[in-house]
Amino acid sequence: MPRYNETSPLEQMIISYRFDLPNSASIDTYLANDGYVAIKKVLEMTPEAIIEELKVSSLRGRGGAGFPTGMKWSFVPRTTGKPTYIICNSDESEPATCKDRLLMENDPHQLIEGMMIAGWTIKSNKGYIFIRGEYRYLIDIVDRAIAEAYERGYLGKNILGTGWDFDLYTHTGAGAYECGEESALLESLEGKRGVPRLKPPFPAVVGAFQSPTILNNCETFSAIPWIFRNSGAAFAALGTPKNGGTRLMCVSGHVSKPGVYELPMGFNMLRLINEVAGGVWKGKKLKAVIPGGSSSPVLRAEECDIPYDFDSLAKAKTMAGSGGLVVLDEDTDIVAVALRTIKFYAHESCGWCIPCREGTTWLKKVLSRFHDGLGQESDIDLIKDLADNMLGRTFCALGDAAAMPMQGFIAKFRDEFEEYLRKSRATEPSPELVAI
Amino acid sequence: MTFSPELEARFARLLNSYPPGRTRSAVVPMLLYAQDEIGCVTQELVEEVARRCSVTPLQVDEVIGYYSMLHRKPLGKYHVQVCTNIACQAVGAEELWDHACKSLKLANKQVSADGLVSLEEVECIGACSWAPAIQINYDFHHKVTPERFDQLMAALADDSYSRKAS
Amino acid sequence: MADPVNFTVDGHQLQAAPGTLLINAAKEAGISIPAFCYYDNLSLQAACRMCLVEVEKTPKLQVACTLPVAEGMVVHTDSPQVRNARKLTLEFLLTNHPLDCPVCDKGGECELQDMVFRYGAGTSRFVEAKVHVDEKQWSPIVFYDAPRCILCYRCVRICGEGLGVGALGVGNRGVASEIVPNRGDHLECDECGACIDICPVGALTSGTYRYKTRPWEMEHVGTICTHCSNGCKTTLGVRNGEIMRANNRDRSGINGEFLCVKGRYAYDFTEHPDRLTAPLVRTNGELKPVSWAIALATVAKRFTEIRARNGKFGVIGSNHTTNEENYQLQKFARQVLGTSNIDHHRTGDVVTLLDALHGRTNALAATSDLDKTKAALVIDADLAQEQPLLAFQLRSNWRLNKAHVYAVTPGPVREDNYATTVRAEIGGEFEALEGLREKLAAEPELIIIFGAAIKGEAVRKLVAFGDSLAIPIKYVALVDYSNSRGASDMGVLPDLLPGYHSISDAGLQAGLAYDQILSSPDLNALWVVGANPLSRQMLASQDAFVVVQDLFLTETVQRADVVFPALCAYEKNGTVTNVCGDVQKLNRGSKTMGPKPDLDIFALLAKEMRADLGASKVDEVFAEIRSQVHGYAVSLPMVLSGGAVQTVPLNGHLEIRSRPELIQSAGNTLYTSGTLGRYSRMLNSVLEAPGALYHDPHKEPFIQKGSVQLETTEKYG
Repeated sequence: MPRYNETSPLEQMIISYRFDLPNSASIDTYLANDGYVAIKKVLEMTPEAIIEELKVSSLRGRGGAGFPTGMKWSFVPRTTGKPTYIICNSDESEPATCKDRLLMENDPHQLIEGMMIAGWTIKSNKGYIFIRGEYRYLIDIVDRAIAEAYERGYLGKNILGTGWDFDLYTHTGAGAYECGEESALLESLEGKRGVPRLKPPFPAVVGAFQSPTILNNCETFSAIPWIFRNSGAAFAALGTPKNGGTRLMCVSGHVSKPGVYELPMGFNMLRLINEVAGGVWKGKKLKAVIPGGSSSPVLRAEECDIPYDFDSLAKAKTMAGSGGLVVLDEDTDIVAVALRTIKFYAHESCGWCIPCREGTTWLKKVLSRFHDGLGQESDIDLIKDLADNMLGRTFCALGDAAAMPMQGFIAKFRDEFEEYLRKSRATEPSPELVAI
Repeated sequence: MTFSPELEARFARLLNSYPPGRTRSAVVPMLLYAQDEIGCVTQELVEEVARRCSVTPLQVDEVIGYYSMLHRKPLGKYHVQVCTNIACQAVGAEELWDHACKSLKLANKQVSADGLVSLEEVECIGACSWAPAIQINYDFHHKVTPERFDQLMAALADDSYSRKAS
Repeated sequence: MADPVNFTVDGHQLQAAPGTLLINAAKEAGISIPAFCYYDNLSLQAACRMCLVEVEKTPKLQVACTLPVAEGMVVHTDSPQVRNARKLTLEFLLTNHPLDCPVCDKGGECELQDMVFRYGAGTSRFVEAKVHVDEKQWSPIVFYDAPRCILCYRCVRICGEGLGVGALGVGNRGVASEIVPNRGDHLECDECGACIDICPVGALTSGTYRYKTRPWEMEHVGTICTHCSNGCKTTLGVRNGEIMRANNRDRSGINGEFLCVKGRYAYDFTEHPDRLTAPLVRTNGELKPVSWAIALATVAKRFTEIRARNGKFGVIGSNHTTNEENYQLQKFARQVLGTSNIDHHRTGDVVTLLDALHGRTNALAATSDLDKTKAALVIDADLAQEQPLLAFQLRSNWRLNKAHVYAVTPGPVREDNYATTVRAEIGGEFEALEGLREKLAAEPELIIIFGAAIKGEAVRKLVAFGDSLAIPIKYVALVDYSNSRGASDMGVLPDLLPGYHSISDAGLQAGLAYDQILSSPDLNALWVVGANPLSRQMLASQDAFVVVQDLFLTETVQRADVVFPALCAYEKNGTVTNVCGDVQKLNRGSKTMGPKPDLDIFALLAKEMRADLGASKVDEVFAEIRSQVHGYAVSLPMVLSGGAVQTVPLNGHLEIRSRPELIQSAGNTLYTSGTLGRYSRMLNSVLEAPGALYHDPHKEPFIQKGSVQLETTEKYG
């Protein structure tokens, strides 16, 4: 089964349309369905023209930060004399996100072509697809696709007679969310602990192996061939201003038809839940949505009637992040969700800097106690305060990713925390806790 | 240390895939692939990887401590990983986890006495829209109910488990 | 030079060179920005987040340790927001840091304690259980208490970047992160203790000091290490006359950051149970304790008698005693005993080098030159083993200033990791040097450092090679011990007077050299001061009256007729001269009852023999040395205030009779120190667990793990 869920008639498939084809991962299927058309066009283009086209497309990074891809590529110096590298971030680990898995499983050649376009743009000769260790079966699939591409002359020496060489490899992670952070990924690629690097310099200038590097998310690369087969303008037109194209939305949680759906940027979030994903399950009411992976602050039900794009969600003081929505019904225990969220960040904190290492652990302990019915009135403000103190003060964005949802849960559902306290007080009195 | 010819071939490809002088890059993949073959990261493996990648054993140790998939102790023949992160949690993963612990009589990161099964509560494995999900070794199993879980465990026990993802 | 950048910190208009980090620029202006992980000359971490400051027009607080100053930048280091951020960072740190300050070695001099005192909150909101991990012992010297560790990574960096040993790393992840040693559960390293010194908290503690005293109970005495010739400043922590520790936390000496295992831990010989505390006189074949009066009278009587009948004296001086003592000893020998038969165990051919360099100025390298030279060449020496400070200096200079380092050695050396190194057998050095000629000649300057294998004619050949490169060159002739150079400079030689003045100019004949003294069957008296010649060679004369001044019952002492117990360098004042000719002052730290300084013994003995040695107090003798010994007219305030001043010996031809075959390095390693080292319990304990000196990850450890006997020390609480 190429997909793990039914498609929706509302989907607008420009990067997932091959998923349903038989042998969708094979190069023959790819070639028969627009495959390696874009690269041929791109090989005629100058780097400036390629980057300009990307800028026109309004393609923004699909990993989470939503940084404009064309601009990111334009930062790569092309005259340093150093080798350059193309790195694909397929370390998909943001909770609620499961789209890169589908892209690699069902259409690896689309990814390869996207990376080739990046490679040609900066005349890079080497690329790596960094795949999280848990996705072992995908390494085999992507390796097979890479081998096919070599056989057909799309990778290797003198590609399509241009004299340009491009080698592509997979590289496995081994279980670390932090390696999704681009500089930590590069450390991991170099055989080290996945501890992020000091920035600046950014990877565009000093990236893989101390060289200029284009590093993008798997979905970002996968969207690129369509842009060059059609046009940047056509891609941009699919979405909303500054938010070009479509996105693979990963809908999970309390909906009737959870699944990964390709929808244009700016698609209304309530429609996504109700019309695409079949509405809240079991006839329940919507309570909240975690809109863009577990690090995005939660939205209350009444806030969900908004276009799903980077800017609209940012305006709502949350983020589109990695495109993973967790829909929560009226019966959801928000404290339990908050606890599970912080457990994750405490487990995944690399430990490098103090506020993240100690902050996530402390928050986990407070929420754990709170969840066990041993909370105190002051804990609610403490959770908020600890999150406030982590935000913006950690070495990398993992600290922010841990702090933001905590702030969100308290800001949006303080009443539930207070209610929790009343309930636990009613059953067993909180023991005296004395500060040491 | 000797490995299977397939693994040796993989190592050779791996060491060739990085820029000159960058054999250190192969440390993490080599450890993970070797662990899959020999069951865990032994001290002998640490020394071997250090030698092949021209790093110190300490540099290998540092990496092992960092990555959660690398294990110093052997896992079960089937390593059952239950995701309980928020997307799975929303649709019953915590109940599934409790069920797994009780039915297998194992706590987190424990191995059954016969070495057949080990159990681990894991973070998001990228199956959120098809939750709750588990992985048995590298195989994904989606929408796993306690009943489905029991079937899978029974298949492990009577050796009828098929590697195909479900 | 680019124009300086103008910026404002706390209302002060400041300037700094472009690229200057804010934390340093502020420090220059006297504004201290607190930090744990930032450390001079080590790589930037930005991990502790203590140095967050407010920069106007920047939304988030900025990390001062990685932020270069920029034109027009306006910084606030003490705003309410900054103060709050510091308070909260400390609050985070204290969540898992045990508050065991009352029993922690670091209590009272802990950077975390000080920071919390200055910037921390008065109360804690943390009511959860702390993460606990048991303390670990990694070596006889290094203990690690993970919960106390704040993960500033200073230890990892000083060991890897600073020393090039790389024995420490980071293990685990997140809140379980901790520092890990290179051999799984134990360390295989230089045991230098730099990690312990640099630790801002009590996470790394030393086997010698832990749980012994409180910092404020000690006096801190800065003196010079008495082991190798490098002359590192070591600060003794002394309580009730006993040395509790030695370290270099104030970084005030020529050694900056550095001390090796000997400088930090091998002071414990002072407390060795075999220490001689009373004079001994042989009666009925056995050495028996006697009073100082009896011992002195016995020696005076015999010396007077032997001198009266023109008997043959032999005097052997020390590589460890002070310049003042060496000066007085040669004076005693030449003036009172009337003999030129005086020598010491020579460990490097300083004399031939000085002669070969006659007429030149600026041809001898001072210790500090090694920190800044553009290039250095090491010949026949394993610096990391034998001259650890010089090894550290060259490495630091390479690391921080991109200095070029070359080494021509018979075996693998630590420098192999970063320098241009060539293997050459002893005798084959010059062939190897020819191979390096082109590179060396292209250097703007060079310091040539050579070991004892280059002696006699080879020294002259080396200087000729240096001349042929036609670039400015300075030389260092390596010697073994803390005052080997001083013994030579002070004329503890049969053929040269203090300051290398010609013996014939003084109307004297050259005396017997070291080996001749020991092998003369008709020697009437042998006087050995702070040396152990009989550990390697028999005394030929059966009837010689042997007088020895020493600390321990050495092989030589066992042959003695009279023994004077002497004080060691840590127990007396005086000056010593290091391998580069830098003179530095010893300061009395510990006290030992019974023994006397060698200088006092000379004075007492002279008095007993009714002879006049002139000056007898340390300061007076040093004044005489300054006026009489060529090159020692050094700035007194510099020396007295703890500085190092290079001496410049005679700049003319030397009347050389020295025989190169006498020059022999003892070949000490990082873990041995001649006879003295045998009496250091700590040095012997690490000898059983030696370090991986050459950093070859694939080499088997010298001793298999099972045989390493780590001492188990009872853990407190």
